[in-house]
Amino acid sequence: MARDSQAALVALNRFGFGARGGASGDLINAASDPRGFVKAELARSYGVLLEAPGLQSTPQLGQAAFAYQDQVKQAREAAKAATQSEAPAPQPSAEPKPDKPLRRNLSLNTMMTEIAGRLAGAKPADNAMKPDSMQPNAAAPPAAKPSPQPLNVIQKTFRAEALARLQRAMMVDCGFTERLVVFWSNHFCISASKGELARMWAGAFEREAIRPHVLGHFADMLKAVEQHPAMLFFLDNQQSLGPDSRAGQNRKRGLNENLAREIMELHTLGVGGGYTQDDVTSLARIITGWTFAGRKGQIGAPGSFAFNANAHQPGPQLLLGKTYEATGLAQGEAALADIARHPSTANFIATKFVRHFVADDPPPALVARLRNVFVKTDGDLKALATALVDSDEAWKAPLTKMRSPYDFLVATGRLLARVPEDPGSYLSNLNLLGQPLWTPAGPNGFPDTAAAWAAPEGMKLRLDIASQMGARLGPNIDPLDLLEFAAADAASVETRKTIERAESRQQALALLLMSPELQRR
Amino acid sequence: MIDCVENRLLTSRRGLLLGGASFAAWAYLPKFARAADGRDPRLVVVILRGALDGLATVAPIGDPDYAGLHGSIALAADGAHPALMLDGFFALHPSMPEFTRMYRAQHAAVIHAVATPYRDRSHFDGQDVLESGYAGPGRVQSGWLNRALEALPRGERVSSGLAVGPTTPLVLRGTAPTVGWAPVALPQADDDTAMRLVDLYRHRDPALASALSQGLQLEKAASGDDMKPKPGNAVAQMRQVARGAAKLMAADDGPRIAALAFDGWDTHANEGGPVGRLAFLLGGLDGALLEFESGLGDRWRDTVVVVATEFGRTARINGTDGTDHGTGTIALLAGGAVKGGRVISDWPGLKPANLYEGRDLKPTTDLRSVIKGVLQGQFGLSDQVLAQAVFPDSAAARPMKGLVA
Repeated sequence: MARDSQAALVALNRFGFGARGGASGDLINAASDPRGFVKAELARSYGVLLEAPGLQSTPQLGQAAFAYQDQVKQAREAAKAATQSEAPAPQPSAEPKPDKPLRRNLSLNTMMTEIAGRLAGAKPADNAMKPDSMQPNAAAPPAAKPSPQPLNVIQKTFRAEALARLQRAMMVDCGFTERLVVFWSNHFCISASKGELARMWAGAFEREAIRPHVLGHFADMLKAVEQHPAMLFFLDNQQSLGPDSRAGQNRKRGLNENLAREIMELHTLGVGGGYTQDDVTSLARIITGWTFAGRKGQIGAPGSFAFNANAHQPGPQLLLGKTYEATGLAQGEAALADIARHPSTANFIATKFVRHFVADDPPPALVARLRNVFVKTDGDLKALATALVDSDEAWKAPLTKMRSPYDFLVATGRLLARVPEDPGSYLSNLNLLGQPLWTPAGPNGFPDTAAAWAAPEGMKLRLDIASQMGARLGPNIDPLDLLEFAAADAASVETRKTIERAESRQQALALLLMSPELQRR
Repeated sequence: MIDCVENRLLTSRRGLLLGGASFAAWAYLPKFARAADGRDPRLVVVILRGALDGLATVAPIGDPDYAGLHGSIALAADGAHPALMLDGFFALHPSMPEFTRMYRAQHAAVIHAVATPYRDRSHFDGQDVLESGYAGPGRVQSGWLNRALEALPRGERVSSGLAVGPTTPLVLRGTAPTVGWAPVALPQADDDTAMRLVDLYRHRDPALASALSQGLQLEKAASGDDMKPKPGNAVAQMRQVARGAAKLMAADDGPRIAALAFDGWDTHANEGGPVGRLAFLLGGLDGALLEFESGLGDRWRDTVVVVATEFGRTARINGTDGTDHGTGTIALLAGGAVKGGRVISDWPGLKPANLYEGRDLKPTTDLRSVIKGVLQGQFGLSDQVLAQAVFPDSAAARPMKGLVA
């Protein structure tokens, strides 16, 4: 079969995470059957699930977080008492002592830590957003740095979840389903900066509420998301009480509209999708009582989804012109099921989907086609993805989308054939580039347009990162071989010349990673 | 939604980076001066993302309905943390002593019961209207501040705006050139590699060429001894961002116009009153204003800082001691060029019948009038340009007179 390198570039970059280097043969495989290469992953639904040793369920993680918080509290109290008696305070240690020094986690021989020159000094990137945990400069010798604090269970969990996701992204063939995971996870985002529980649950939320439904039905994903403790915590629904519920009457607290509003505005109908303030308030009442069981476990296993009938607003509710009878938990589930099938939802999802994969200004005909697929298949997301890959627009539209920082870093790791053993430097670089993992600034997720990611500061930082990678890894690679893996004859003459004429392999690698072929998709 | 968003901007410990004249240098940005009176005006736009509770920041303590509506989080003129009375009616949040000082020195003003033309409650559309300057939301890829730059005469006048942060806020996006800066800590790519890449982009991808060149030019101007990392929290980070931006803007050849955004104002639950979460954030904002004042030095005299947010919050607290998305709120002005010491408001009152949709402070002032007044006072833009180019179809929102001294 004839090789079509241009279509391979689309297959790998527009739909996937870019070609892997080494002996993967990704570009050749993609070039011989571009559509087939992309669609092959859709046939393996089980491949979307992510199970790795040590990754735990949301209730288990919730209980570990509660236990950690209790220990911190006890340690603080003991320290207070010890100040009076001059005795040393016990330190919290929610985890059993590791059999090796903790620093081993921070000095693994991974590409990215080498690159960033942050060997022993790398602190957990989930703290790197705070200025008091600044990454030291590459020039500073490790010995000069203060010894890192041991990671607590929340930081460890976050890093383990991040590592599992990154390793999966590095190893998959095309990466289309992983890109779908990232898309849906961003659509239904939570933010790990909300608090300890959100940080603890960020990875589990994606594994449990997003992944099982990425090739399933939208309505199922919607229900799983809105009933997940991480989402209920992120958008405050665990605090919301029906004003006329038993708890609402006793505790003099009441309704919080946050989750209800974002369900309709961001998750389903879209703003302007035909709902009113009354509908927001009504849905907020309908989902009162959707919460998770706390540390005492009065309404269920701690950290698991629970319906608290005492907090639920009694009575029927009118939502989007339809009355939902007082059926407790089922009232909200019925409402969500209807919202998932609303025409505005189909339109909103189709538009966002096409914008993500094809163009900032999505081609209207393609949006219309996907909307119809969504409606006809009752929100079958596999059918939606298949229709996208089958469309001509997705293959013909010019490559004007900008890779997000996450896509850029993953594509780079793949091309260099590195599977990280430690997520630290990826997390740091994501923070630097303005896309901290699972931590968007608002519930609308990270931006999805070239304008947002091709900003001056962002480009300069990408170059700095690429330059460091070049300095560390350049000596051992042949840049022209790498260009063959990345783009082959789809690479522009100018890019090829720029790389050929670089004054060193190090510089050539930096330029390759920053080339339009690697930045645009 | 997000309790106290951690600011993602990291601080710099880089030295001077682009020492030579490798690029069309930063220093070539035209100097901006008003020939007529020798002033060298500067404008900083601070966007508070998440919708600030204006009633909790500048409290209408004299309104008989305020205390009841704002309930447990209402400010009061007495008690352990008394609000600072601005006049007989309005009082400022106690965590803003610097703004109070500026106000008393007549270098700060409040505009109350203000809103953009947007009347719904989506953050993202609200921010879109606030920053695009259009009357309604849409996918407009340019902002009013960029179009104001475009409208300025060329030559001696400013030609470039400064976007602070890793991405350019919409308000500064558009065809007029902008430069971006964020404090960071990374070893730097060398000039030669950067030049080769810019050259490749010029041939293959002009948009990337322009973005990258701008990013490269800015780095050296912002770095300096006082940008070393310091321990701190969101409050310290707001100050650091302001300090870096002020340093850039204080330079003779620095940008005259900057935009930056602080996140985290979406106080749905446990908003707090005189102390608590909102108080913490307001303290950060107050510190950022102080950094602008001290960092701009003599230039503060010609500066206006506009603080605005996409909309307000419900007048009545919700069931979780917070507030939901509302309409009317405040805008703040600070700077030596502000004709301050005033709360400017056509106060609508907080009686149930006076609330917008029975929920929100009713807006009586169009935020565009306030911004137009500032742009006119600082840069002399005409009514017509403001009504057509900067804020399209906004003739009805007349520029507010006398905001700038």
